[in-house]
Amino acid sequence: MSAIIAIIRRDLLLAMRRKSEVLTALFFFIIVVSLFPLGIGPESALLRKIAPGVIWVAALLATMLGLARLFAPDHADGTLEQMVLSPTPLGLLVTGKIVAHWITTGLPLVLLAPVLGIQFDLDTGALGILVLALLLGTPLLSLIGAIGAALTLGVRGGGVLLSLLVLPLYVPALIFGAGAVESHISGLGAGGHLSLLAALLALAVFFAPWATTAALRIALE
Amino acid sequence: MLTATGLSCVRGERRLFAGLDLAVGPGEWLHVQGENGAGKTSLLRILATLSPPAEGEVRWQGEPVEVLAEDYRRAMLFLGHHGAVKEELTPLENLTLAAQLDGFELDEATALQALVRFGLRGREDLAVRFLSAGQKRRVLLARLAVRKAALWILDEPFTALDVKAVAMLSGLIEEHLAAGGMAILTSHQSMPLPNGRVLKI
Amino acid sequence: MNNPIIQWFKYGSPQSFYPLAGKMIPWFWTLAVAFGLAGLWISFFVAPTDFQQGEGYRIIFIHVPAAWMSMFLYIVMAFWAGIGLALNTRLSGMMAQAIAPTGALMAFLSLWTGAIWGKPMWGAWWVWDARLTSALILFFLYIGFIALQAAIDDPRRADKAGAILALVGVVNVPIIYFSVKWWNTLHQGASVSLTRAPSMATTMLWGMLLMALAFWMYSIAVSLMRVRAIILEREAHTEWVKNLPEIQGKSS
Repeated sequence: MSAIIAIIRRDLLLAMRRKSEVLTALFFFIIVVSLFPLGIGPESALLRKIAPGVIWVAALLATMLGLARLFAPDHADGTLEQMVLSPTPLGLLVTGKIVAHWITTGLPLVLLAPVLGIQFDLDTGALGILVLALLLGTPLLSLIGAIGAALTLGVRGGGVLLSLLVLPLYVPALIFGAGAVESHISGLGAGGHLSLLAALLALAVFFAPWATTAALRIALE
Repeated sequence: MLTATGLSCVRGERRLFAGLDLAVGPGEWLHVQGENGAGKTSLLRILATLSPPAEGEVRWQGEPVEVLAEDYRRAMLFLGHHGAVKEELTPLENLTLAAQLDGFELDEATALQALVRFGLRGREDLAVRFLSAGQKRRVLLARLAVRKAALWILDEPFTALDVKAVAMLSGLIEEHLAAGGMAILTSHQSMPLPNGRVLKI
Repeated sequence: MNNPIIQWFKYGSPQSFYPLAGKMIPWFWTLAVAFGLAGLWISFFVAPTDFQQGEGYRIIFIHVPAAWMSMFLYIVMAFWAGIGLALNTRLSGMMAQAIAPTGALMAFLSLWTGAIWGKPMWGAWWVWDARLTSALILFFLYIGFIALQAAIDDPRRADKAGAILALVGVVNVPIIYFSVKWWNTLHQGASVSLTRAPSMATTMLWGMLLMALAFWMYSIAVSLMRVRAIILEREAHTEWVKNLPEIQGKSS
């Protein structure tokens, strides 16, 4: 257990030392979301309707930005080899890295989303559901993304390939995440969407570290 | 005691070596020699369980290493070409984190002592990015000194080291062997250490 | 060697599978053509004109089998990939690699025919129907698999990485399908479904079945041809490939 905490602490420390990377993804998220009203027009009824989808799509893209660097630096400087050789199972260490990735890229999005929601004229209830959905959905994005990051490690054109592999797998998260807010707004209640999102998260927590570990071992062979 | 029998390694479509046997006992060390591309690094990676051999088997204390798994990894220390040193972290942080990854707690006093021993006094709080290549390797040497492992597998440990650091590393390996440790290393220079054997591939 | 399981493993090696596949290919082609001709004959001349949709509905004889095949082939591909990962057999990875382009073709064909069918029926080339949308995502999954394998130089690593992606994909395909379906009902999308025919005539069913069989046979034949090409490419350095009559004939 201490090795996982050490990995999380190390990755957070590294993120602190390279703040620009974290901030770039965050500002990317803000800019993408802010561009939509400029492209579509300032009608608040329309904006309220597209807000959940826009914020979610921007969150998917912002998460993608950091993914390519999830394992690449560790691969380049040999840390990944040492992680494989650690007495702690690789799956746990990988889980630690995914948690750190979520804290540095997913959590800031969750915290920022209400501010952007206000730009789109969402009411307080909808903002709450948006935060809740992102809170359940962004770890899912990190978990699924880690599989793609491990598969494309050290591969030609890895970054573009990564989006090609991962974005289709993000579809259910997008549907249920954005759907939760939409159905709350339309008065249907977001419970169903949120519990499905939670179920997907549980499934991913179980499978994604395993698949990521297998992919990393293949990349190192 | 580490033994390997009938090892062979295939890279792409090329067979690097085949039918390789080796044995290293307590207090002994093995010097792996060969031309560039002969498969020295591949052999070391197989011995470190980083990649499986195409054929053959590696045993530690008589048991296959795949069966021992983490017990073997705990007893073994592998240093590759890249030292697994994070540029953004300080030598002290690197050392502490490497220890935690290896599954033991390293108190700050011991870590500092090791860094001082390898001439990194006053640089323990400087990001590794600002150190020279040789100093970076010295951080690794400090790691060798603090990690209790019976078997060292070192890939080109003398690269980028100055005369003084080479002597330090030789001393460190000698100490390790005298205490009943084992070492397998690749190097282009000859090393005047006792109980050594040469394996040419 | 009388044990049937060992017999099967014998064909698991590329060397013995290569001639076997060569022998099977003409048979599957023959069957594909026979089923195809029969299926087309039924679907164009025997099956009655639909009283609602007119003659345009006949595209479903291509569309539905293509959609079925695209889903089946993904599962077959993931199956081979999983076998390859678990048992470390070389041929399984080659099979998965050989199936992927045909699967992508089928997914594309079902999208294409869906669009052609949709224009007269819905008045639009594309509607966000649940089936069409999940076919689109399935197509993306195939493309991702092919792109990943193409980007990795070492064939063994490409096989293994592809296998993990295929397995992750196969877990996700039903999730994606149901999420898209749910999304579709929530948004009150198109109410006409491609395959929802309240009273499908028996002849229509026969036509569809024959076409599906033809697609099966075609897919098997093409995949076997492709796997033979992959075997030759990967085993080019081995003695048995150099001794093949078709290789000897070319080099002399």
